[in-house]
Amino acid sequence: MATVNGDAFRVVGRPQRKVDAVDKVTGQTRFADDLHLPRMLYGKLLRSPHPHARIVHINTSRAEQLPGVKAVLVGSELPTPFGILPVSQDEHALTPDTVRFVGDPVAAVAAISEDIATAALDHIDVEYEQLETIASIDQAVERSEPLIHDYGDSGNLHKLIDLEFGDVEDGFAEADVVREDLFFYGGSTHLAMEQHASVASYSADHKLTLWSATQTPHYVHRALARVLDMPASRIRVIACPNGGGFGGKSDPFNHELVTAKLAMKTGRPVKITLTREEVFYCHRGRHPTLMWAKTGVTKDGHITAMHFRTALDGGGYGSYGVASTYYTGALQTVTYQIDRYKFQGARAFTNKPPCGPKRGHGTPQPRFAVEVQMDKLAEQLKLDPAEIRLRHLVPPNSLTANYLRVGSIGLGACINKVVAGSGWKDKFRKLPEGRGVGLACSSYLSGAGLPIYWNNMPHSGVQLKCDRGGGVTVLCGSTDIGQGSDSILAYIVAEVLGVDPFEIRVVTADTDLTPVDLGSYSSRVTLMSGNAALQAAERARDMIAPEVATKLDVPRDRLVFAESRVFDTEDPERGMSFAEAVQAAEAALGTIGTVGSYTPPKSAGRYRGAGVGPSPAYSYSAAVAEVYVDLESGIVSVPKIWVAHDIGRCINPTAVMGQVEGSIYMGLGEALMEDMAYRENRRVVHKIPSMLEYKSPTTLEMCDVETYLISDPDPNGPFGAKEVGQGPLLPVAPAVANAVYDAVGVRIDEVPIMPEKVHHALKQKAKGKEARYGPTSFPEIAWPEPTRVPTPAEGGDGKAFKREEAVTAVPPERQH
Amino acid sequence: MAISSNKHAEKVHISLTVNGEHTEVAFAPHRTLLEVLREDLGLAGTKHGCELGECGTCAVLLDDRPVLSCLVLGVDCAGRSVETVEGMAEGPDLHPLQEAFADLGAAQCGYCTPGFLLTAEALLKENPSPSRDEIKQALAGNLCRCTGYIKIYEAVELAAARMRGEPAEPSNEAMYGHR
Repeated sequence: MATVNGDAFRVVGRPQRKVDAVDKVTGQTRFADDLHLPRMLYGKLLRSPHPHARIVHINTSRAEQLPGVKAVLVGSELPTPFGILPVSQDEHALTPDTVRFVGDPVAAVAAISEDIATAALDHIDVEYEQLETIASIDQAVERSEPLIHDYGDSGNLHKLIDLEFGDVEDGFAEADVVREDLFFYGGSTHLAMEQHASVASYSADHKLTLWSATQTPHYVHRALARVLDMPASRIRVIACPNGGGFGGKSDPFNHELVTAKLAMKTGRPVKITLTREEVFYCHRGRHPTLMWAKTGVTKDGHITAMHFRTALDGGGYGSYGVASTYYTGALQTVTYQIDRYKFQGARAFTNKPPCGPKRGHGTPQPRFAVEVQMDKLAEQLKLDPAEIRLRHLVPPNSLTANYLRVGSIGLGACINKVVAGSGWKDKFRKLPEGRGVGLACSSYLSGAGLPIYWNNMPHSGVQLKCDRGGGVTVLCGSTDIGQGSDSILAYIVAEVLGVDPFEIRVVTADTDLTPVDLGSYSSRVTLMSGNAALQAAERARDMIAPEVATKLDVPRDRLVFAESRVFDTEDPERGMSFAEAVQAAEAALGTIGTVGSYTPPKSAGRYRGAGVGPSPAYSYSAAVAEVYVDLESGIVSVPKIWVAHDIGRCINPTAVMGQVEGSIYMGLGEALMEDMAYRENRRVVHKIPSMLEYKSPTTLEMCDVETYLISDPDPNGPFGAKEVGQGPLLPVAPAVANAVYDAVGVRIDEVPIMPEKVHHALKQKAKGKEARYGPTSFPEIAWPEPTRVPTPAEGGDGKAFKREEAVTAVPPERQH
Repeated sequence: MAISSNKHAEKVHISLTVNGEHTEVAFAPHRTLLEVLREDLGLAGTKHGCELGECGTCAVLLDDRPVLSCLVLGVDCAGRSVETVEGMAEGPDLHPLQEAFADLGAAQCGYCTPGFLLTAEALLKENPSPSRDEIKQALAGNLCRCTGYIKIYEAVELAAARMRGEPAEPSNEAMYGHR
């Protein structure tokens, strides 16, 4: 059958509006806080004013007696812990005994108005016994008392990882130059414009519905069933369109569980909308990460070995932190060839809001280190920073030292584009003092290769039905957080069935109606739900086509589905409308419905910890940043960034452009200003939980962006598509740091690159001291015995050496 | 005359014009225009991001000028004219700004979009041919976390050209990137 021939696509690759664009520009999109149900109550959470304390006593009687208050809830009523990862079930809907950060919820109220609910919080009496705080990575390393949690790998260290792929000492011995550098990547938060909100309704026949601003309705569904001790079949979770996510709505949250429980307790619908201040406390943002990188290279820049250490400030709970920690060591290997690689990572519990997955999840921090260190190595070797990278790219269709399978890699084309576009060769080391350019590259996953809960089921499912009127409905559990995942489903189905994407109805993110998709995280949705939609659509086409072929008396392989018709490619007049085609098929076969699903290929690594890093496809980006540095103040401004992104293939190039530009923007914020700051001397309270004081780029700080899209179709992507939502963020911070060095000759080995840091380094330089700002030491950590895995080049099969084989009864960790 | 207070219900009653229509509404006197619009008038198109005047998300037009509705008391709007995103389209026809935002993907999550649209509408009323810098200045009080603002600038420029009667289309660079 004539289907998708080469590049002759009708929908794929063309600019399109998003299917929900008109709703969004007319204000008709209904976000969670826009929902109002009859007799709805308003819920509020009482949050801890202390960073670390034991709850001695809670008395809710004064609040209960307040007119208009319908229910008060405390932690003992929801005793079952939860958490996004099976290995970190360390949160409670309301903490029953210990608060672990300022903002940790301890009680909740439902009342007939938001005003009464807020007032009622002042009538809940909580007696706390304050505990000493752990405020930093260093303190967590040094002190195992008091313990923030009663689990973890060592004292207040939540997770310790030690992985070794080949003997790095051999690699360093082969190197001509070995460098050791320290870096720090500061914490930042998602700052989605929409504050989290959820609405719950509990019916008299004991069915619960929760509408929520969540990126992961499937995991919220699981958490509700667990904590409420209810069959999942009685719970329906509907993810409303998210007003931005960026990873900040990927965990199941306290307020979601509390909203549900309050609805059950009162028999009335309940809504909780967080204030902006509370959103800062929910956090789950970028882990502040201290890094040490030791890298050995030959004279031409070939990396013979890399030894990388990270220490993450995790905050008060586990969240995705175990996965985040692995991610700080996973993707170093997928850009430039690294012969031998060793990674040691530690995540600390501290008395701060929990960190988790923010756009790039655990990878922007090490990428910053790798790319700035590459810049230093290039200078040391007197090589151009573009050249040193181009010479040693990971080859396509290869296996890295840590067993990540790279498919297509368009990084070389990306580097060449930004070098040419930016006029790199005329600018690098040639601009007047105060102006400079810097280059950096990156890579990111197109979806995690393993699910959070290990099972053999698909990661994404689609149901598709065709009706007699020619209508097509696509049902999928995926969640549109603004990235356009609903549109992707429509475009792909439209391409295969030859109908207009705007005539397709897309039903998503509803656990009652839609098959499971794991959620909008790890840049997985276009690839995974896209492949599921592709399969469902092809199956529908394969049901319809034979009946049309019979009716028209045309060989099946000559039929084309296009322009809402099915016709003979050799005689286009000979055909029928798509609606008539569906009718013919329905008459012959009954109701026309299909399913599609997607499961990623098995990963090559078989060692403990191999679950984090594998992906069906890796995207690649390269960026050049141009900066101005004010020599007096140290203020860095960025007039322009050139970025090239290897997207595999664009499903909708305009939507891809939007993701690239948005990633550059968020990367620029992290590079220059965004900072989750705490008053350590004031008991670890958040310094600035407001949008005014948490500085993010406005139109006046945002740079110009010149974007190049590189098509290098990957066989694992739908039509060859790879991810774009996260990868292009990663090169921004290191490109800016490298440009600052080009401009004024000081190394800022720490983000955000704030004026005071540049100013300090400039002063050091003027005094003839080391022209650098950045960390100066890495804590002494008692690393565990390493898991030693021979590399593919050494003939390894992905398994660890013997010590590991003894524990094969323990399943490998398979966190996201 | 446009305000009356009912002491028993502790509500004020005002009349005002909302999206061109005479409107009567009663609410507690401390309520902000944002709350009156969303909760008392059911106009949920106006969003909120901070309720402290920091993000621009709740911007509406009050007598044709952009204001942050979270910082305006409802009672201060008595007798005045408010335009929200729901009032931008003329019947079934979208405003040129709405068309351009949809064409260029200037609305990603769409949450900040109403505030941007109305602020841009006020700009174009005052200045039908704004430069890129003038657009940046006018929109500097509105935060967007999705787009990096670039598609928003391009959409405002596209809409401005179309409103001037020029047969404008998005550039290839905006739709496909640079070659």
